[in-house]
Amino acid sequence: MSAVADNPNTLLGGADLTEATTEARPYLSIEGLWKAFGDFIALKDISLDIQEGEFVCFLGPSGCGKTTLLRAIAGLDLQTKGTTTQAGKDISSLPPSSRDFGIVFQSYALFPNLTIKKNIAFGLENTGRSKSEVEARVSELLELVGLTDQGSKYPAQLSGGQQQRIALARAIATSPGLLLLDEPLSALDARVRVRLRHEIKELQRKLGVTTVMVTHDQEEALSMADRIVVMNHGVIEQVGYPTEVYRDPATLFVADFIGEMNQIPAISGLSGQVQIGAADMICRPHDFGEGTSVVAAIRPEDVIPHGDGIRTTGADDVIITPENAFEVTVDEMEFLGSFWRCCLGSERFSNSELIADFSINAVRRLELAENKKLTIELPKDRLMVFAPGVG
Amino acid sequence: MAEISSTLPDGPTIKGRLSQDDIIMRFGMVMIAVYLVATMVLPMWTMLSKSFSTYHFDLAGYELQVSDDDGAFDGTILTPAALNTELGVVEPDDLTAGSDSRMGLTQFFPDFSFRSPVMYRVRNTSDTGRFLVGSELKTGTDWLELDSNTFRRVQMRPVKSTGLGNFVNYFSTPALFNSIKNSLFIAVISTVITVSLAFWFAYGLNRSCMRYKGFFRLVAMAPILVPSLLPGIALVYLFGNQGMLKELLFGASIYGPIGIVIGSVFFTFPHAFIIISTALAISDARLYEAAVSLRSTPWRTFWTVTIPGARYGLISAAFVVFNLVITDFGLPKVIGGQFNVLAVDIYKQVIGQQNFEMGAVVSVVLVVPAILAFAIDRMVQSKQVALLSARSVPYQPAPNRKTDNIFLVYSIAVATFILGILVICQYAALIKFWPYDLSFSLRNYEFDRMDGGGWGSYFNSIQLAFLTAIIGTCVIFFGAYLVEKSNGFKTGRALFQMFAMLPMAIPGMVLGLAYIFFFNNPDNPLNFVYGTMAILVICTVTHFYTVSHLTAVTALKQMDREFESVAASLKQPTLKLFRRVTVPVCMPAILDISIYLFVNAMTTVSAVVFLYSPTTTLASIAVLNMDDAGDIAPAAAMGMMIFYTNAGARIIHLILTRKLLGRTQAWRAR
Repeated sequence: MSAVADNPNTLLGGADLTEATTEARPYLSIEGLWKAFGDFIALKDISLDIQEGEFVCFLGPSGCGKTTLLRAIAGLDLQTKGTTTQAGKDISSLPPSSRDFGIVFQSYALFPNLTIKKNIAFGLENTGRSKSEVEARVSELLELVGLTDQGSKYPAQLSGGQQQRIALARAIATSPGLLLLDEPLSALDARVRVRLRHEIKELQRKLGVTTVMVTHDQEEALSMADRIVVMNHGVIEQVGYPTEVYRDPATLFVADFIGEMNQIPAISGLSGQVQIGAADMICRPHDFGEGTSVVAAIRPEDVIPHGDGIRTTGADDVIITPENAFEVTVDEMEFLGSFWRCCLGSERFSNSELIADFSINAVRRLELAENKKLTIELPKDRLMVFAPGVG
Repeated sequence: MAEISSTLPDGPTIKGRLSQDDIIMRFGMVMIAVYLVATMVLPMWTMLSKSFSTYHFDLAGYELQVSDDDGAFDGTILTPAALNTELGVVEPDDLTAGSDSRMGLTQFFPDFSFRSPVMYRVRNTSDTGRFLVGSELKTGTDWLELDSNTFRRVQMRPVKSTGLGNFVNYFSTPALFNSIKNSLFIAVISTVITVSLAFWFAYGLNRSCMRYKGFFRLVAMAPILVPSLLPGIALVYLFGNQGMLKELLFGASIYGPIGIVIGSVFFTFPHAFIIISTALAISDARLYEAAVSLRSTPWRTFWTVTIPGARYGLISAAFVVFNLVITDFGLPKVIGGQFNVLAVDIYKQVIGQQNFEMGAVVSVVLVVPAILAFAIDRMVQSKQVALLSARSVPYQPAPNRKTDNIFLVYSIAVATFILGILVICQYAALIKFWPYDLSFSLRNYEFDRMDGGGWGSYFNSIQLAFLTAIIGTCVIFFGAYLVEKSNGFKTGRALFQMFAMLPMAIPGMVLGLAYIFFFNNPDNPLNFVYGTMAILVICTVTHFYTVSHLTAVTALKQMDREFESVAASLKQPTLKLFRRVTVPVCMPAILDISIYLFVNAMTTVSAVVFLYSPTTTLASIAVLNMDDAGDIAPAAAMGMMIFYTNAGARIIHLILTRKLLGRTQAWRAR
């Protein structure tokens, strides 16, 4: 059983879809897809549904098979086994030219000897459009990507970000039903990348075109996608909304790949209990059964500092000792601008170090410094338990 | 997360449907592959099988009856074999034959007279036997009765068999196999000299601040523009029996190894220079900075940085030169004298003795070192690529008065040698009658008065060069595009790549001879191209296919791999992309290929020497034939015509490239 089937959201559409469309047939459907390069299996039994108008990101480390999956969807490198259906039509064995998609590559692949206008017009020629129609469409697209006055330049005369926008304009010129983006922003520098993220997302929303983007950059995926498909070693680890894959990672890999995550070797107890070192903790429900070796995980920003170890709530000064609270020593502190990253040590944690991100306010309020002791709490709904990773 | 098995499930494998583009591209690739098979693989195969075909007279294959003076037969059946055992007229060695040999029967009858009234009966003992009566071929086992006068014209035809006989014959004839030693000797000596000369020349141009680098670079390339036999003619004028500087040889003869080596150094120099110069140009300045900061002496730096950096270039240059020299035919033909080498042996066997089988044997012998040298060169070149790094910093030489001057003097010496050869040829072409009448005249340009086809052959050469450049560039570039950019079809593409690499390993003489065997066969449906301009074009395109193909592939590899994907996603035909983007972007490479083919078509001798007909004589062959006929001055004149034509073509190519780049490559400027 794969994570896809486990996840109730697999069949759901984007965040803003209504009940009615949820039940509609998916626009793009991948079923039991395998891809082998000789003996190496790059994709293993991939199944995935994408709704019309959705923006989906394939996220994973390099070599995880995300680009292979994209190229299979485009028909550029056919899958070995499995079917792909687009708009109700089986496209599994069609050549790219018989499919309905536009594509943008990391290298932009703009034709260097053609002007910007001619690049955009390339796909509009021989489609029954008159010359003036083509010209009008090109102008419209140039305006859409905000490069109206650059039309007669050559690609090499534009900046990387501009070139990427032209590649995008060329890909959507023929109004394809599906837009494929293969690491479109990786070749750009950081600032341009952040700006283009918003532009592409906005454009996609405006056009309502179903979009699949491949990226290895989690920030990109979290900020742009309606849904994220996290991949590793040729399998889908999790499919979910950005908030979901961040807050409720399905596997240790997802937990580790997206955001920061403390990983502490532990022994599982009954559901909702885990033993870390000598300490028994309350955690999210799990079904590992007692005595299994597991990994307890918590994000650094979820660790709550309590100063002297006692929390007061309300005005009547009732003192409560929270669950999952214990004393630690601050071993190291690192100032990272908007917060402090603290390295915490505790006897109860055997050898593991715990990383915690504390706000500047909290550090000031608790007068934290290196070698100081404090009590921290690992909130029980934030403490997760996973099967140990493969490697 | 549940475990997923890591083996493919059963069930149908997805087979992609081919788009129209895929079909067109595969069809195109198959067409060009068929072209290569028909113009290279099959001819070479024919030649190989020819070298294993032996012919001999089978004396037991015939039966004879002789009548008495009244024409009455007594039924006694004789065989030439039995008669020969008795009389011993034919030695066993004499029974070895060529495919065209024939042998009369009358010699087995010592008292034969064509006037006698005696009648003869003759027949084959098997259905495969053949004999001639006059020019009429007789097969079958029926008795044929002939009078004495007709019997005189009966000739046995040899029987064909397959075996190593030709090779045994070759290696037991010292006059033949000595050529192997000679060829290797010449090739090794020339290689050592050329590579050393070219290395220091390239070193001077790349690593010193001497002046006139552009001029020297130009001069170094000049020998490419002339046929390889032209330096031979110049050497005859310089050191021949009536040579101007004959005394410098102290009695040694220029006709022989000395002449061949000097001439080979001349015509292989540019090839070695280009390769070594490229190798020296890519050296990384950071290594030299490191050497200086480690206080290495210049001498040590040279041996620990420069030579290792250029070693692949040096090895590659050595093998290229070796290959050029050992396969060259024109130069040893002109100045080799009695010194036999393999390439000339092929010519002598085929043209001189009409012994095609032996020609094929020598060809096979020549192909072995050529293919070896080629294979090693390919291996070395693939390593050279790995040496390049994007982070290398180009080396900038610092001026040094002393070494700069040494290199200037050295370069002047080399340039003098190259220009000297050309000037001598031009001088020889312009004087009336060396050494008796030194006044100038244009008489030597009246080619129509000489053997070799006259001015017609010059214009034939121009035609050949244009056709080769145009057709060859189209075929080769399109073929390279198909093989580089089409999808799937892996086996087909690998096979195609192999075919495209083969021509380089095949010496021109061998290719030409293979063409005779293949195209001159009346049973071959392609027989009609034999003796036409078409076969010369085909042969030349094939002969120079590999370098052009590699140039095209290199240019195509620099194109974004995703252009085709983008075009497909935009539903535009690949051929439109080819026309609108690939060709314009690769135009510099395309022009390079066409000038390469043009120049080589003008200068080539080896492959076409077997294939020209009286209506398709060529300038380069005319040089050879006029020289052969003793018209050395007109030969020099024609050689220089080729030089000026090629130089002109180069200049036009340069202008054209500039113009085209200006127009179609505006995008290159930022």
